[in-house]
Amino acid sequence: MALSIEEFLAQDERKDLLRLLTAGSVDDGKSTLIGRLLFDSKKLYEDQLQALERDSKRVGNAGEHIDYALLCDGLKAEREQGITIDVAYRYFSTNRRKFIIADTPGHEQYTRNMITGGSTANLAIILVDARQGVVTQTCRHSYIVSLLGIRHLVLAVNKMDLVDYSEERFREIVATYKEWLQRQNIAIPDLQCIPLSALEGDNVVEKSSKTPWYEGMSLMEYLETVPLHQDINMEALRYPVQYVLRPNLDFRGFAGKVASGVVRVGDEVTALPSGKSSRVKSIVTYDGELSEAFAPQSVTITLEDEIDLSRGEMLVHNNNRPHVGHHMRAMMVWMDEQPMDKTKAFYIKHTTNSTRAYITNVMHRVDINTGEKVAAEGMRLNEIAEVKITTSTPLMFDSYTENRQTGAFVIIDPVTNFTSAVGMIIGEDENATKMSHAVVRLSEYGFQESEYDTIVRFTEELRKRTGIIIECVID
Amino acid sequence: MAYSLSHLKALEAESIHIIREVAAEFRNPVMLYSIGKDSSVMVRLAEKAFAPGKVPFPLMHIDSMWKFREMVEFRDNYAKQNNWDLIVEYNKKAYEEGVGPFTHGSKVHTDLMKTQALLQALKKHGFDAAFGGARRDEEKSRAKERIFSFRNEFQQWDPKNQRPELWDIYNTRINQGESIRVFPLSNWTELDVWQYIRMERIPIVPLYYAKERPIVEVDGNLIMVDDDRMPEEMRRKATMRKVRFRTLGCYPLTGAIESEADTIEKIVEEMMITTKSERTTRVIDFDQEGSMEQKKREGYF
Repeated sequence: MALSIEEFLAQDERKDLLRLLTAGSVDDGKSTLIGRLLFDSKKLYEDQLQALERDSKRVGNAGEHIDYALLCDGLKAEREQGITIDVAYRYFSTNRRKFIIADTPGHEQYTRNMITGGSTANLAIILVDARQGVVTQTCRHSYIVSLLGIRHLVLAVNKMDLVDYSEERFREIVATYKEWLQRQNIAIPDLQCIPLSALEGDNVVEKSSKTPWYEGMSLMEYLETVPLHQDINMEALRYPVQYVLRPNLDFRGFAGKVASGVVRVGDEVTALPSGKSSRVKSIVTYDGELSEAFAPQSVTITLEDEIDLSRGEMLVHNNNRPHVGHHMRAMMVWMDEQPMDKTKAFYIKHTTNSTRAYITNVMHRVDINTGEKVAAEGMRLNEIAEVKITTSTPLMFDSYTENRQTGAFVIIDPVTNFTSAVGMIIGEDENATKMSHAVVRLSEYGFQESEYDTIVRFTEELRKRTGIIIECVID
Repeated sequence: MAYSLSHLKALEAESIHIIREVAAEFRNPVMLYSIGKDSSVMVRLAEKAFAPGKVPFPLMHIDSMWKFREMVEFRDNYAKQNNWDLIVEYNKKAYEEGVGPFTHGSKVHTDLMKTQALLQALKKHGFDAAFGGARRDEEKSRAKERIFSFRNEFQQWDPKNQRPELWDIYNTRINQGESIRVFPLSNWTELDVWQYIRMERIPIVPLYYAKERPIVEVDGNLIMVDDDRMPEEMRRKATMRKVRFRTLGCYPLTGAIESEADTIEKIVEEMMITTKSERTTRVIDFDQEGSMEQKKREGYF
């Protein structure tokens, strides 16, 4: 190696990071593929390998082969069942990139885990068994990938060794898949279809001589070179204030992570929801001041003027504003064992904002096996539906397709504190009128404390019957 | 490609966001400090998160009373020089009863002086969030744990019933008596940690660098003689060997590795070509498979 260790390290420290999601049916060989990536990228440590050989003999399901899947299955109970049941994160790196893999299960009852694993992914790998071809789960996973706004998708046609590396079979599967995507109106900005055998290592890292008809890249080559810089919205500045720093009387800084876009010193910025404007005086970090900051950097911004600004509020450029409002339409995934109870006053967490949220309407559910819209009243675990939501204080939001950061939220159960649902905003609910939501301070209307319970019960009933929300504030 | 972050800068930004989120949403957080390399990185990230201000929560070290002397010295100097509020807690009752790894074995010692000591300390101070420096690449059960990991009123982790965690939106809601363990380094690997230490010139305990040290071989582990609590018949067998430590803990339970790496660059280089993962030098892991998961359920970090 011509480089000195210092030069080599300086180069290595500049590699970027790709987060990827893997999904497949139970027997598609997903864990085997991940094991193979870890193994072949030489990051599989010797003692892990020894433990693996020991475990393979005892509980392995791969016969004579090393059971790569055992690398990925963490918890005891799962190992005994022989399936992965939660999201597990794996790490490996090559000379060109660092990778974080979220390994998620394929079977239906665990949709929520795939959603969890995929929320931060830049890229998804969906495995199909070359013998089975496109099955219901392939479609379900593809739907979730598009719902999560993942821009890069690899259809990995695995177990090519079991169909004699047949070009015809591969083309057939790809054609069926593309046809399905088109029928479902699912647009994947970047789709790669790769024939491979995870077990034998064909087209995983090296191009295989057994598929001379395949002209594309090996999986690893693609993972190492896929461009990621377009994945973050760099147009719209969204800077949710996370924490206000006041170390002394002369310094008032707004700490936060740039959710999207770029901010420069001297920029005129508007604080939302107040609408007050100021200029960026400085961008402060531990390592010195910056002239600009971009997503997803964590920085601290100071302003020229003393405007009132606190956690949950947002700095934006005046000519590119998000929606500010109480009413939105969203695709929501139910994550809780307990079915949705629309009468609950949930908490919503969106950027750095937390407030109350009311699910006012379930428009329709989506059958993720067929993509069809189905009439629905409520939601249960793993169901996906379009809903209308009204929040107690205004949120600053964009549609999820435009901005993954300001288009996402989670819904928290007010009693159990469990994360009951997650949502991706479609847009403003234009039909909701201001009249459908009001906040009243009961003391201002002369109600006695003894009457509060009755009033609250009345407004709850009113909300259930008419959708009109009157929030009672009790001092 | 103008607006692109290196993997280390991306991890740094993610960790700072996590740390600030805790400071903003919890009443009484604490950062657990083990004095190891991961803690050193986590502490620096906290300093970064609130610069130019002071970090709004204390550091807490659970002292098993069997740490290397150089660790304790480093801890006190670092906290003093960097203006940290440092809390040091230990299991007083067990200590007075003379609990230690040589007399009680690693299992009893770890349970009483680490796990129980931690649980007592968290309860005593009423902390509702505790940062830990654990990484998902360390061990299989950690690979599945959330960044904001819920603990019930008995400080227990339920791996089957974790809260879904999406995007960078963290659910911080808890009821009285419950708490959250927060792992800002979840997505860092051991190599990331070393590269970051090098890049940021973060001070670490000198035990990480190779040096001639008095070593006794115990069941294939290279144990350093750090004080005369090691039984004399063991101490007598000590020979000077050039070693360093990949992880730090209680000296009788932490194996050294033979190494020539006496600079950070050499350590990173060694890391990149090494074939053993770091936990092989931890004697406490030499139980059956799944032992870490068991400890974690019981409240261990």
